[in-house]
Parts: sequence; structure tokens; C-alpha cells
Amino acid sequence: MVSLLSPLDRKLLRDLWRIKGQASAIAVVIALGVMTLVMMTGIVNTLEETRTAYYDRYRLADIFAPVERAPERTLERLAELPGVSAVESRVTGMALVEIAEELIPIRAQAVSLPEHGPAWLNDIFLAEGRMPNPDRADEVLLLKGFADARELRPGARLSATMNGARRNFHVTGLAQSPEFLYTTAPGELIPDDARFAVLWMSQDTLAAAYDMQGAFNEALVALERGASEAAVLDAVDHVLDPLGGLGAYGLADQQSNFFISEEINGARSTSVSVPPIFLGVSAFLLYIVINRIVQAEREEIGLLKAFGYTDWEVSAHYLKLMLVIAIGGAIFGSGLGIVSGRAMAGVYQEYYKFPFLVFELEPRSFVLGLAISIISACAGGFGVLRGVFRLSPAVAMRPPAPADYSRTGHAAGLSRRLLDQPGRMVLRRLQRQPGRMFGAAIGIATGMALSVGMIGVQVGFNQTIELSFSVLDRSDAQITFTHAMSDKVIYELARLPGVEEVEPVRYVSVLLRHDFHDHRGAINGQLSEPRLARAMDNKQRPLPLPEQGIVLSTTLARVLDASPGDTITAEIREGRRPVLYLPVVAVADSLLGSPAYMHIDALNGALNEPGRVSGAYLRIDEDAAESVFRAVRDMPGVAGIGLKQDMRNSIQSIMDSGMGAMRFIMLGIAGIVTFGIVYNSARIAYAERARDLASLRVIGFSRAEAAFVLLGELGLITLTALPLGALMGYGMAALVSAAFSTEVYSIPLMFDAHTVGTAALAVLVSAALSGWLVKRDLDRIELVSALKTRE
Amino acid sequence: MPKPSDTKALPAFRTAGLTKTYGTGKAAVHALRGVDLEVPSGELVVLLGPSGSGKSTLLNILGGLDRATSGDAYFTDHELTAMADKELTLYRRDHVGFVFQFYNLMPSLTAEENVELVTEIAHNPMDPGKALDLVGLGERRHHFPAQLSGGEQQRVAIARAIAKQPDVLFCDEPTGALDSTTGRAVLKVLADVNAALGTTVLMVTHAAATAAMAHRVIHFADGAIRDVVPNASRLAPEQIEW
Repeated sequence: MVSLLSPLDRKLLRDLWRIKGQASAIAVVIALGVMTLVMMTGIVNTLEETRTAYYDRYRLADIFAPVERAPERTLERLAELPGVSAVESRVTGMALVEIAEELIPIRAQAVSLPEHGPAWLNDIFLAEGRMPNPDRADEVLLLKGFADARELRPGARLSATMNGARRNFHVTGLAQSPEFLYTTAPGELIPDDARFAVLWMSQDTLAAAYDMQGAFNEALVALERGASEAAVLDAVDHVLDPLGGLGAYGLADQQSNFFISEEINGARSTSVSVPPIFLGVSAFLLYIVINRIVQAEREEIGLLKAFGYTDWEVSAHYLKLMLVIAIGGAIFGSGLGIVSGRAMAGVYQEYYKFPFLVFELEPRSFVLGLAISIISACAGGFGVLRGVFRLSPAVAMRPPAPADYSRTGHAAGLSRRLLDQPGRMVLRRLQRQPGRMFGAAIGIATGMALSVGMIGVQVGFNQTIELSFSVLDRSDAQITFTHAMSDKVIYELARLPGVEEVEPVRYVSVLLRHDFHDHRGAINGQLSEPRLARAMDNKQRPLPLPEQGIVLSTTLARVLDASPGDTITAEIREGRRPVLYLPVVAVADSLLGSPAYMHIDALNGALNEPGRVSGAYLRIDEDAAESVFRAVRDMPGVAGIGLKQDMRNSIQSIMDSGMGAMRFIMLGIAGIVTFGIVYNSARIAYAERARDLASLRVIGFSRAEAAFVLLGELGLITLTALPLGALMGYGMAALVSAAFSTEVYSIPLMFDAHTVGTAALAVLVSAALSGWLVKRDLDRIELVSALKTRE
Repeated sequence: MPKPSDTKALPAFRTAGLTKTYGTGKAAVHALRGVDLEVPSGELVVLLGPSGSGKSTLLNILGGLDRATSGDAYFTDHELTAMADKELTLYRRDHVGFVFQFYNLMPSLTAEENVELVTEIAHNPMDPGKALDLVGLGERRHHFPAQLSGGEQQRVAIARAIAKQPDVLFCDEPTGALDSTTGRAVLKVLADVNAALGTTVLMVTHAAATAAMAHRVIHFADGAIRDVVPNASRLAPEQIEW
């Protein structure tokens, strides 16, 4: 070993060992920055690759074309359309499933299975049990997600009401499908495994139930490579329109795919914006610390030069020291990123119900992480190493001149009376090197800003739920009807004992267009001044719905790039399918989904269907809830009841188990980084003052009195950092909340006293802990040896 | 710790069988191997000896900076070897002044403020200005260390050490970093302080010639006292050949 390493390299190893505490603190901060990058990009890649592979393997269609009733032979016409590579027909219909423990029936979609062999398109993955026997009309497959949520296994029995007739079924197996990664009951915003079922059964059985013998009501189309989706959509609509086509749509508008895409998009935007913040903070810290380490080695540098080492040799030596820390941190972080990425991908595989996982890291993330670490280490070093070139070797051979404080001025008047000598020592040091002190304050402020951003996001998630379910929606339950009904039903509901308030709502599915943007969704027709489900502006004032025009949610306004005053086109996909030109009258601050609101009479008027409702919001006396549900269940035309509490729970679970869960990990990392920065600042201050402090101890200062000089400085820097951190935190919070927002939920920018206070508290606790750690070292200081060394 | 009632009557320091060992086992270094010593109050004592002979170790133990491995050490009637850390701090604060080779001034405080650093916490300090006058630096009281020469910095350090009117002054190579003229000036200040204030002075040095100004010279070798030589006739610092 001795022969392999030059004396300088041995010095390097011993120096590293000497500063091991600080070196590992820096390396850990870098590692965490690199880890978030590697982990997040790895998760995004893995989810995308897995989704693509899943879609390919089970041949998910590119186009879905619902139609009222099309004869089988229509399929041939679809297959002949240019750009179409495969077609499949199926029968599908809505059903209500009753299971033993549930009072309220659960909405379900029944989907036909081909008579022979696997489906050409939208195949399923049989996870458990066996396929239904095509000759048995009472055998079904059940969606595994629902079965798991309801603890149903193959062999279970259930009854379902389809097209008004009740039938009993025997579950032969559980299936998964790329089409139903997420399931949402019609009219509901939030996917929930437990509240929507999918049943697969033989085509014959379904055709009989829905009166579709020799016909289908949904066509699935796969595109040839390079074919234009828009052109094929138009062509398919052209074929199906005369048969009651309900509007073909592409995969992007398919509900399950939309949700999973939004999750992946959210992960991608988080992975693009958050890790660079962490990495940037780490880089900044590395810069400051390396700068100071080299500064402290000034004398040794002079000595090395006196021995005849060239400037470049000396620089290379210190550069190596920095690179060992930076590269070590980056490699450690990459390892952490791989391990945590794999673990998280496993969690997400379970959560998104992929039958398999294609784990794929992003190679660029390693290179990027390493490059940023190296560049910031070098940048930190170079500024100081320029001083190396200027330093004359003779400087190191003389006793050091004391730092010159003459320009800080003399204590006179007030400061002389108010400040004792230790107080003046603290103040003069800050005065003499304001740049360095400010740098330290900025470092701590950056850590605090990171915490402000991550805490703000936690509060933002809670705010989204709180605002959506307590302020915007004040109902207890939401009823959906199988079809638009006469508004008399509202009076019937209002008469039920226990129902305190009823509010009608009309949903209409629609394609909204503005300029080149479009969005497939629904318009909610509501009363002009609803009391239960309200649209509100960003100051939480209710927005009344005028007789004319449309109110867009913030998310929708962004998607359509529309603002009040613009006119948007609404192609209604129901009834006589009118096309409306609607002025945007206001933008509502909705945090869930991307709803659009109209006055119910205006909407019904446009459809030429006056007095129709498709659902109702209810406020219910809690004690009478059960009797209300029983009564509602027995009313004709009721498709389902959604309890607000259930919806609240399911969005909470999506936020806490899906991509939103990343916020917890990142909060933890932000905390560690913040502490790392504060601790490093304390360590540096201690290293720079050790000799002065020992001198104070020698001349009779107690431990506490000597510690005051050190901790006073740290305290002042920390206090300076707090307002700076709050200021920088505002920008950070805006960045982070935007990164976590998706079209499914928006995270508002939460920059309030609570957020800033919590972050400030984290900084203060870090400072107190760091102060305690360095004070412990100060208490153990070897007085004699500290005095023998020069400076 | 109460001020001794009659410090002059008791010897300033007494030690019996004092040892100091660094490390253990084969790596053990015996810095002191049983030192028995008496230093009368009010004397200027010079400790001479080669590097590693134990003189600085003894100074550090008597100054309350380090602890003995075994044996007893007394300052007047106080047992230093029995003191807890806090008591040692109070001992240094109330009774001891230090002067070091590298001055150890606070660069961020002026000459006067460096002295005030001590007078603020001492029981019976002299006026900081007077202490600086004593070392001949009254005119430069508002200068920061960076604006003073090495000799001047060392004189500030001496002023800082005597300003509390300590019972003893410990000097570890006080002239080690100074040229001969400046060194002589510093020695003169120490001799003056000893004569004028009656402060016991213990000085560790390599410069054998310095011994001529002492009341008593203690020679160290291999962690033990080789001999103690009282000076029948002392030289003034100005007369010392460097």
C-alpha cells in the first residue's frame, strides 16, 4: 500500500479520515439529491414501460366506439376503414350488483367475452380461477380489484340487476385488464375499487340481457402503425352515427388510461422539477463547504508549495479530496436511488394493479447526478484554488498574522455599553466577513425553503380535500339515475323522512373545444345559487351560475387555454347532440377533476329536455341515513348512491398511495437536507474558531461562556436565514405544488404562517441540535494542543 | 474558590510524586515520572530542559489545563489534583494568568478589549488602561492585533494576563516567536510585573540565557527534575545575552 500511494495521496486519505464527520454529512446530502433523481426517473420509466408492455400484451384498443345498437356486419365496414388494423365488437351494459353486506347496490359494467378463444382486442389476464363456460349463462369473471376490495373469491355468488331483470351469478375467476386499471362509477369523479365492479360473461348471455342478439353496442378499433387517430375517429363516427353512435374516442380519453396517465404525468413533472431542487441545494452546500475546507488548509497549501509542489499538483490534490466526497456521495445516492426506486416500483405495481413489472432505470439520471455533483464540487474548489496560486510559500513559514478587524470600527457609545467582549467578538466577525456569513445564512435559508416547499405541499394536499369536501361540496350523499329523469323525483326525495336538503344536478357528457385544445368530460347543470355542491372563486366566494354561459374549473380553463370572455364550443354527446357556443363567464377554483358548470335550465334548454335531472345531492340527518338509503334503493331509476365520506376516503387513498405518496418521502429528505446544511454550518464555524475558543477557556471562561461566542454566531446566522428562507420558500412552494398537481387533483400553493412556522421550527431545532453537537466537541476540546497550534 | 488568606506565607505550588502518562501499554509515554517540587510565592522561576523533558506538562498541570495521572499538586492550600472541571475553570479565572508562544489574542477585539475580556470576569481586576500602560502599550490601546507587531501582541497578551492581578503567571515560551530585542523587552515586562505586583511567575523556555534573570532555575530531563538552582545574583533582562 505504501508503495502504491504517493505521500500526497496518503495525506488525502488521512485528511478525509480527519474530516470524516463533515465529509459524510456532505456526501449524504449529495446522495439524497442524486437518490431522488434516480428514484423518480426510474419510477416514471418503469411505470411507462410497464403500462406500454401491459397494453401491448393484452392488445388494448386505440379507439373505443360506443353505439346504441349496430348489427354485427357493421364490424366489417369498420375493419375496411383505412388505418384500421383490427376490430372487435362487444356488448356492454350497466348493472347493479348486490352483495351481502352492502345496503346500497354497487354499480357495475358488464362486458361480453368472445364465444371462442381470447379477444382480438382488450384481452383480459385471468389472475385466479377459471374462465366461464360459454354454455353456462350464470358464470362470470369479476374484476380482481373489486373482488379484493370486497373480499370476494372464485366460487362467490352475487346477484346483478341488468336491464331491469335480476339474475344470480357464480364467480368462476378473477380477472385484470389494462382497460380497468382504474374504475370510476359514471358521474363520479374519483376512482374507487370498492364502488365499481366489472363483470365479464359470455356474449350470448349479455346479448340476451340487453337485447343485442346479432348486434353489438361497442366497437373496439386498433390502428395501423402511423395511422392518424383523428381521421379514423371521424371515419368510425361516420359509419356508426346513423346507428346511434355515441361518439368514438381515443385511448387518451379512456377513463382508466386517463387516470393512470395523469399519475404518470404527475410523477414525471415531479421527477423533472423536484430532484433538481434537491440536487441544486446539495450542490450549493457542497460549494460552500468545499470552499471553507480549502480556506482552512491555506497554510498547508503554502507549505506544500514551499516543498516544491507545483500549483497544479497542489490543486489536483485538493480537487481529488472534493471529488472523492462528491463522487462517493453520487455513487451512494445512485445505489440508494436504485434500491428505493425498485421498492417504490413494487409498491406502485401493486397499487396500479399491473400483473407484471418492467423495472427500468433512466441511465441519464446517473450521468446527470454524477455530473452535477462533480461540477459543483469543482466550482466550490476553483474559487478557492485561485487563492492557492496567489499564495506565496513564505506566508506559510511565518507565524500567521491575525485576521484584520480594524475596518469593523471601534465600539463606541451605545454598542460599547450594550455589548460585552464576547458579544463584540460575535458581532465583529459578522461585520468583517459579511459575505461568508451571508453565504452561510443563504445555505441555511435554502434548506429552510426546501422544507417550506415540502411542508406546503403536505398542507396543500389536506387543503384540497378539506376544501373539496367541506366547503365546495356540503352534501352527504350523491344519487345518480340510470337516465335523465323528470325533476319530480327531486320532490319525492325531499319528502323522504331524514332528507334535509335536495339539490338537482344534470350531467351531460360533452366534448369541449377551444382553439386547438379539447377536453372530453361532462357539464354539471346546477341551480343558479346551489347550496350543497358549489362552484367558488379563488377567494372561496360562491359563484352564481348565470342563465347563459359556462363556468370552467381552473384546471379545465388551463387545459382549454380559455379565460372569461372567450367562447368555447361544447359538442354534447347525448340526446339530439347539439353543438353549443358558450361564453366563459367565470373560472371556479375546483381542486378535484376538471368540472364545468352551467345553469341547469340553460343546459336542459339546449338539449330541448326541460325539467330533467340525472342526479341529486342530498343532505341527510345522520340518524335516519339507513332508512333514507333503503328508500332510495327501492326508487325506480336510481343507478347508485355515493357517500361523500367514501369519496373523501378514496381520494385520500389515491393521494396517499399513488404518486402523491412521494411527498412523504420528499418531506423526509427535505428534513435531512435542512439538518445537513445547518449542521455543516455549525461544524465549519466551530472549525474556524476552535483556537479562539480554547484560548477563552484557558483564560478562565466557563464552557457556557466560551460556547456563547460560537453559538451566538450560529444563532445570528440562523436568525438571518429565517426571513430569507421564508422568502425563498414561497418560490419553492409554488414550484413544488405545481409539480405535484395533476388533472385529477390540484395542489394549491400553501404559503401560510403554519407552513413557514413549521419550517422555521425545523431549522431552529436543527440549529439547536447542531449547536449541541458542536458544543459537546467544544466541551471536550484539548486545551493544551489547541493552544500549541498556530492557526 | 476563596482567595487564600495569606498566600505569601504558603509556597505558591507544592507537588508530590506527580506523574503524567499519555496512552497505555507499550505506546505509553511518561511525560512526568514523579515530580516533587516547591515553588515559593512571589518568585520568578524558570523551567529549563530539552523538548519532551516534561516542563510544559508540569506547567499545564499547575495551570489547570491538564490533569495529572497520579500524585498531588497544590496551589497554596488548594489541591489542584482533586479539583473538578468547573473548579479548575474558576481557578484559572481567579488566580492564573497565561502567556503563550503564539499570543492567542482575539483578532476581533482591540488591545484594550482583549484585556477587558479578562477584567470583565475577574474579581479584583486592575484598570485595563493601566495594564496596557504597564507593558508600555497605553498609546496603542485601540489597535487591533493585526495592527500590532509580534512583540506588541505578546505584550498585550501579558497585559491581558496581569490585568486580573493573578497570583501566578504562567508563560510557555513567551519569547519563542520573537527576535532578541523584542524578546528582551517582553522579559523586562515580566520581571517588572514580578517585582512590582509580587506575582509568582513560572516560565518555560528553551533559551538557557533567560535563566540568569530568575530567582530559581529548575532543570528538567526525562520527565523528572534534575536539579533546582537558586540564583544568588540575578541579571536584569536587558543584560541577558541571547
